[in-house]
Amino acid sequence: MDTAAALALGDDALVLSHRLGEWAGHAPVLEEEVALANIALDLLGQARVLLSLVGDEDELAYLREERAFRNLQLVEQPGGDFAHTIARQLYFSGYQYLLYERLAADGGPLSGLAAKAVKEVAYHRDHAEQWTTRLGDGTQESHRRMQRACDALWRYTGEMFRPVEGLGLDAEDWVLLDAAWTARVTEVLTGATLTVPEGPRADAWSAGGGREGLHTEPFGRMLAEMQHLHRSHPGASW
Amino acid sequence: MVSGARAADTRLEAELRRLAGSVSDPELPVLTLEDLGVVRAVHVRGAGRVEVELTPTYTGCPAIETMSADIEQVLHEHGVAEVSVVTVLAPAWSTDDITAEGRRKLTEFGIAPPRPHAADGPVSLTLSVRCPHCGSTETELLSRFSSTACKALRRCVSCREPFDHFKEL
Repeated sequence: MDTAAALALGDDALVLSHRLGEWAGHAPVLEEEVALANIALDLLGQARVLLSLVGDEDELAYLREERAFRNLQLVEQPGGDFAHTIARQLYFSGYQYLLYERLAADGGPLSGLAAKAVKEVAYHRDHAEQWTTRLGDGTQESHRRMQRACDALWRYTGEMFRPVEGLGLDAEDWVLLDAAWTARVTEVLTGATLTVPEGPRADAWSAGGGREGLHTEPFGRMLAEMQHLHRSHPGASW
Repeated sequence: MVSGARAADTRLEAELRRLAGSVSDPELPVLTLEDLGVVRAVHVRGAGRVEVELTPTYTGCPAIETMSADIEQVLHEHGVAEVSVVTVLAPAWSTDDITAEGRRKLTEFGIAPPRPHAADGPVSLTLSVRCPHCGSTETELLSRFSSTACKALRRCVSCREPFDHFKEL
């Protein structure tokens, strides 16, 4: 298994799982608390499989420094208000669904995991799309916040379609994934009475660099919280 | 003699598979692993050495570790010295792997069983989920996510009881 590819996909799942877990005890309603925790659990399961392919899952999750993580900058962004969390989910689950669907079909080393995970991610995507519709086409306040969240995270979406080495996809494949993603997100946002953001996704002013280990400021704080227990009490169990 | 030994192994594997399948699901004790359809294969790897292939319902299902330990225990109790349980992801588990007996037990337990998938494609939206308490087909979705990864939360419009639905995967 190609290490860079497993780390890229595994770190995406691990980091977003942790970010979603931060909602425990804070979600707007009990059902959402359970939903976000369930999605986090699915992602954690994917992360464990992927990281175990290339090393010890605990060492990789808890003992790497920030620069060694290969996740997208999108997934490390803080939860913000509920709209930010839903926008992050909308962008990421749409990408993850298309990527896993593609990997499941090619019979490569990740096809088993991808075929399984794509069925779980279909529920994540559905959850995000339904909330996007409700918030966008809801009250004035929910519309305003959902639009703000979609705009704020837009600059992180181009990075998702920068080629990852070792997945067996060529440049053309990534272009096709990007086009399919853009079409679907456009349809959902438009249906939710929201405006498709216009900011840069892929040029010099867009965000990106997570795959090379360059991360945004909030990521360091997140890692500190995620890793401190393991680092303070090596080998602890209960 | 080789084929005779192989036939004996096959009979032994079937018996061991029955034993592994008799283990209860730790989160849904009303179901056995056989009902759930998660025991994929049992291989005799030598004298007193057995390998069991187990597939998770969801990739992150935390019950898989307890299932593995329970399988090891039941096979140890039946004289197998060395048991290894390996997790396999492909082919991916589907709710269609739950047996008819499993579906019956779920309903009896108060959990609406998953609807069968169409031959190729997702579950038909016209097929309603039946309330496991009163049998009404007038039920509504409260949340796609419930107490465990594999369930959705619904409410019966007729008897007003909330209930879990083993959602299709």
